[in-house]
Amino acid sequence: MQKKWTFKITPFRKVLLALVGIAILVALYRLVVGLGPTTNLSDDWPWGLWIGFDLLCGIALAGGGFSTALIVHVLHKDKYLPIARAALLTSLIGYVIALVSLLMDIGRWNNCWRPFFYWGFHSVLFEVFWCISLYTTVQVLEFGDIFLERVKILPLKKILKPALIPLTILGIVLPSLHQSSLGSLYIVTIDRLYPLWWSMLIPFFFVWSAFFLGPAMVTIEGTLASRAYNRKPELPVFQSLTKVTMWMLIVYLIVKIIDLNYRGVAGMAFNGSFESNMFLIEMIAFVIVPIIMYAIPSIRTQLWGVVTASALVVIGVIFNRMNVVFTGMAGSVGTSYFPSIWEWLLTLGMWSALVLVYLFVVENFPILVKEHEEDEALSTGTGMTAGKSVEA
Amino acid sequence: MSKGVLVDVTRCIGCRSCMVSCKSWNDLPANKSEFTNNWDSPGKINANNWTVVNSNIIEQGEEVKWRFVKKQCMHCLEPACESACFTHSFVKTKEGAVIYKPTELNQDYCVGCRYCMIACPFGVPSFQWDKPLPFVQKCRFCYDRMKEGGLEPACVTACPTGALKFGDRDKLLAEAWQRIDSNPKYIKHVYGDKEYGGTSWLYISDVPFEQLGFRTEAFGKPVSNKSIPSLTWDVLKWTPYIFVGWGAILTALHFYTKRRAEVEHDEENMYEAVNTQENDKEE
Repeated sequence: MQKKWTFKITPFRKVLLALVGIAILVALYRLVVGLGPTTNLSDDWPWGLWIGFDLLCGIALAGGGFSTALIVHVLHKDKYLPIARAALLTSLIGYVIALVSLLMDIGRWNNCWRPFFYWGFHSVLFEVFWCISLYTTVQVLEFGDIFLERVKILPLKKILKPALIPLTILGIVLPSLHQSSLGSLYIVTIDRLYPLWWSMLIPFFFVWSAFFLGPAMVTIEGTLASRAYNRKPELPVFQSLTKVTMWMLIVYLIVKIIDLNYRGVAGMAFNGSFESNMFLIEMIAFVIVPIIMYAIPSIRTQLWGVVTASALVVIGVIFNRMNVVFTGMAGSVGTSYFPSIWEWLLTLGMWSALVLVYLFVVENFPILVKEHEEDEALSTGTGMTAGKSVEA
Repeated sequence: MSKGVLVDVTRCIGCRSCMVSCKSWNDLPANKSEFTNNWDSPGKINANNWTVVNSNIIEQGEEVKWRFVKKQCMHCLEPACESACFTHSFVKTKEGAVIYKPTELNQDYCVGCRYCMIACPFGVPSFQWDKPLPFVQKCRFCYDRMKEGGLEPACVTACPTGALKFGDRDKLLAEAWQRIDSNPKYIKHVYGDKEYGGTSWLYISDVPFEQLGFRTEAFGKPVSNKSIPSLTWDVLKWTPYIFVGWGAILTALHFYTKRRAEVEHDEENMYEAVNTQENDKEE
C-alpha cells in the first residue's frame, strides 16, 4: 500500500498557483502572436530577461546540484549527505525552468527539435544546448532512483542501479562544460562587452562561480526549507561548506585581479563610469565581504552569519550575470531595455512553479534527511514506519 | 573566386538608389520613415531594410563635409554569425556571400535563438519581431543573382556614381590601395581589409572612419583583427579534452575516496518525505 500523495493548499501556495496560471496564459499568448507584441526585445537587445535572468541565472543557481554531487558522491564527504538530495532536486527544477524559458524565447519554437539533428558544432551554443539537454536527462535519471523509492517498480530500479555511478560522473562533467560555455557565449562580444567583464577567461569565471555558488545556494535553500517545515537547519553542514566557498572566492578574486592586470584594463575599474561602479559593487559587496564573513569564526558559526554571507554570494553571482548581459553591453548598444509586463509575468510564474514543485516533491518523496527518528517513533506511536514515505 | 564590393565613400551622393533596388529585387515591404535634423531618414538596418544609406555631417575646421555611407552585411571572410549558429543556418559560400539557409536554400533549421545577432560585430542580422514565427533577415549579397548569371548585386547595378564596385575581393583590395596611394585625400586605411579577420565588403574614405559610424576602436584599443570564430574556437577546441580528462579525474577520485571512506551508507533509510499532516506550522 502506498502512502497517499499530499499537497496542502495554503494561501501562499494559492498565490503561487495563480501566478503559474497567469504565466501559462502569457506563454500561450506569446507562442501565438510572437515575440514582438509580447516583449520589449529589439534588434539592439536580442536577449532580455528570459535569457539573461531565467536561463543564465537559473542555470547558475542550479549549480548546487553539480558541486554537491562532486563533494558527496565523488569525494565521498559523507557529512554532506543530508543536503545532497535537496541540491539535486533544486538543480533539476532549475534546469527544467531554464529549458522552458528557452523554448519561450526562441522565435521559431516549432523548430526546437532541429538542433538535435542539424549540428553547428563550431558554435558555443551547440555545446551549451547539448550539455544542458543531456544533463537534464542525467538529472531525471538520478532523480529516478529517488522516485523509485517512492513508487516501487523493482525491475526499473535494478536497471538504474549500476548506471548511477557513470551518471554521477557525467552529471558533473556535463555541467562543468556548459557552465563554462555559458560564459564562452560572451566571447563573441569582444569590443562590445565592457572589458571589466569581457575576457578570454570568462568561461573560467562562469564555471568557477557556478561551483562556489552551489554551497551558498544549498545553505539558503536549506534554511528556507527548515523555516518552512519547522525543522532544525543543518548548521554544521552549512558551516563546513563555508570553507569550500571561501577558498573558491579567494581564488576567483585573485584570478580576476591577475586577468584585469594582464589585459591592462584594471584601471577601468576606478574610472568612475557606471560600469566601473557596478563592477566595484560586484567585487566588494559580493566577493570580498563574503570572504571576510566566512573568515571570521564568530560570524560563520552563527546561523545569521552563514546565511547572510551565502545570500551575498548568491546575489553576487546573479549580479555578475546581469552585469555581463545588461550593464556591460548597454554602453555599446546605445539604447535601453526594460522587460515588458508579459516578460515579468512569465518569469514570475516560472519561479513560482519552481517553489511549488519543490514543495510538492519534498512532501512526497524522500528528499530531506530524517529528523529525530527516535523521538518521532515514540511520539507518533505508529512506530518507525510512520515517517517513511513508503510502506511495503 | 571570392567576390566583394569596394565602397568609395567619396563618390557616394546619397541618392539611395541602392536602397530602392535592394527593396524591389528582394521584395521587401516599404516602411514609413521620418526625417531627422541632419536629413537622415533611414536609420538602422532592420528586417525589412537590408541596406541603408546614412548621412554624416563632418566639420573639419572651417570645412563642412557631408558624407553618405551605405551599410549592409559586411560578408565577413570568417563570419561570426556562421560560427555562432548552433544549427549552422548561416553559411559563407565560395562566392563570398554569407547567406541564411532557411530562406535562401530552403533549409529551415533556424530556431530563432538570435545568438547570431549577439555575435555579429557589425550589428547586422535583424529579426522579424512582428511575425509569430520570425526569420532572421540580412543582406544576402544577392546570392541568387550572383549564382544564376554572375550578375552584380542589385545595389551595385543601381549606383549611378560608381561608389560601389563589384569584383573579386583580391583585385578590389589592390584597387582600393591604388586609389588611396594615388590621391592624398584618402585616409590610409581600407575598412574591411583586416577588421574581424576581414570582410568581403571594403570601404575607403576621405574622412576618418569613426566619424562615419564605423567602429575602429573599442574601449581605447583598435578593434580586433582576429575573427570572432577564431576567438571562440580557441576556447571551444578544449571541450573534448576537458570532457575526457575531467571525467577520468572524477572517476579516479570516486574510487579512491570510496576505498578510504569504506562506510557504506544506507541511503534508502536516510531520507524521508516531509510530513505535513503532523507539522502544520509550515509556510
